[in-house]
Amino acid sequence: MALDRWIALVILMICLAYGYAAFFTMDGGLPPFMKRNPIWPSTFPKILSVLAILAALYVLLGFEKGADDPKPMDINYRRLTDYNLGQALILLGLMAAYALLLRPAGFLPATTGFLIAGACVLGERKLHILLPVAAGAAGVVWYLVQEVLGIFLSPWPAFLTNGG
Amino acid sequence: MLEGIMVGLGTAFSLTNLLMVIGGCLIGTFIGMLPGLGPMSIIAIMIPVAISIGDPSAALILLAGVYYGAIFGGSTSSILINAPGVASTVATSFDGYPLARQGKAGKALTVAAIASFSGGTIGAILLMIFAPALATVALLFHSAEYFALMVVGLSAIAAFAGSGQVGKALLMTLLGLIMATVGEGALFNMPRFTMGVMDLQSGFGFITLAMAMFALPEAMYLVLDPSRSNTGGGSSEIKDLRITRDEAKAITPVIGRQSIQGFLIGVLPGAGATIASFLGYAVERNIASKEEQEQFGKGSVKGLAAPESANNAACTGSFVPLLTLGIPGSGTTAILLGALIALNVSPGPRLMVDEPQIFWAVIISMYLGNLILLILNLPLIPYIAKILAVPRNYLIPFILFFTLMGAYIGQNNATELLILVGLGICATVLRFADYPLAPLLIGFILGSMLEDNFARSMQLYDGLGFILERPMTLGLLALAIILVVLPSYRARRARLRAEGAADAD
Repeated sequence: MALDRWIALVILMICLAYGYAAFFTMDGGLPPFMKRNPIWPSTFPKILSVLAILAALYVLLGFEKGADDPKPMDINYRRLTDYNLGQALILLGLMAAYALLLRPAGFLPATTGFLIAGACVLGERKLHILLPVAAGAAGVVWYLVQEVLGIFLSPWPAFLTNGG
Repeated sequence: MLEGIMVGLGTAFSLTNLLMVIGGCLIGTFIGMLPGLGPMSIIAIMIPVAISIGDPSAALILLAGVYYGAIFGGSTSSILINAPGVASTVATSFDGYPLARQGKAGKALTVAAIASFSGGTIGAILLMIFAPALATVALLFHSAEYFALMVVGLSAIAAFAGSGQVGKALLMTLLGLIMATVGEGALFNMPRFTMGVMDLQSGFGFITLAMAMFALPEAMYLVLDPSRSNTGGGSSEIKDLRITRDEAKAITPVIGRQSIQGFLIGVLPGAGATIASFLGYAVERNIASKEEQEQFGKGSVKGLAAPESANNAACTGSFVPLLTLGIPGSGTTAILLGALIALNVSPGPRLMVDEPQIFWAVIISMYLGNLILLILNLPLIPYIAKILAVPRNYLIPFILFFTLMGAYIGQNNATELLILVGLGICATVLRFADYPLAPLLIGFILGSMLEDNFARSMQLYDGLGFILERPMTLGLLALAIILVVLPSYRARRARLRAEGAADAD
């Protein structure tokens, strides 16, 4: 089974769960006066879930004609290991780490670290250029966001800024 | 209308807004030139900046400037290094790159600049005529028609987006609509489908979704396949920007025809600049004389002018449904719609009545943007092209960082970043399997409006009666079904016929 049909299966599962919630669990908590309304909070989701289940089945059962010819610019997922899969996964991991570290470590250390680590993963070795570029960019972006846009970003680790 | 134009001139020519156009065009051109980054990613990254400006006209002018700039920059990289940054400039590389290989890069860039400028300007004039007329008609619509019209828009997008795979596009649209129902809506005073997760209480963030659908997969593709960001090589000397009188004579009718055709294609939901540019190229090749046809693909100025004027006119055309009906016809205009909603502006037929300064300022800024791009592109291109060589090792971490930053600024919430990464992975996998992502985002953005109008009609007519009692609603819904069913029906018939023919052999 090709990847697109596996995806259709996953989406079908999601839609079934969604439809189950819409049809069977949502209306329980509805206040009595709302029940006289022609439209309930679950009405639109019910319609959507039925349509989406039909569409997912359509793709899953292979009624969809396959792509005519693979686009030259696109990636063939069957040969995913030929590409830099490791780098991509590490970068995704770095992004998740950044998300978790942004508050505790502060914006400047987290960003500088992310940019340096990202470039190193991609094969950059000229640290004497990379370090100032990353630190400078983090500083400039912090200044723009904090001062120009006026959105608070705690710059330093939490323990330095009084639990900030 | 004249009054409106004056208001627009007044707004667009204020110092801030002039700076917005110039800044937007410059940013768009720079980033659009980097191969692999399309206008949708750039606009998604720019949205937090635009929203924090606060003034809706200025924000929309900035984003529109970025949009034209990105299309323009994309054509530059198609011509110089045969690496279209944007799908809509792929057709530009057919004839632009051969010209550059013959040492006529300067000439190719001039033709492209003139064609884009004319396409954009003619498109803006047509927009000025079409949009008010359409808005007048749209003012007659009720919520039932609106609901039906959005359904038509969504099915048209599903039918035309993607590589003819209507089922997948439809599934993505529905998934977008489903995602829009998550969280606490204004309509009902209760959270829906949050699965008890506090961070989903306010629903998925639109910026987060836009970043996850476009910017992140693009960046992942750049990581996976280094050849996509191959910028080295071709950008050699660019000289002799002049074109001859004969060439000017040859491209004038092409530009005229393709600007109008491109605009009309751009107005249709789901079609947009990519289809306009390919169709423009094909049409011009078919109507050219025999010896000119030989030249197509080998460096014909006509073949270069056609897609360039068509894609710019189509970009302008795609603003018509956005500004008059509030229904985006493409992924890019969907992102613009989301930005407008975030700025507390609801686009639609009332926009021209309630806030004419926004409407007209955007149109006037289109002329300005085109003019600025012409001035920018012609003399500065040789210098800008040198900046093309940003090392990939720096480019990718910065793209990722800006996507993260955009989502964080939008929601000020670190969990949002994890949602972004998760959705980004899903989007990349979906892209592997050739699922179109724009319909998902358009469905997501239109979802709450669709449900609002649906609920209002249900309440007015006490049930589904509105579908039968309002002939226009019924007609539009029938049109939506035809749009979805017809392409797959025809494809099936064609396939059956092909199989039959193969069997008969």
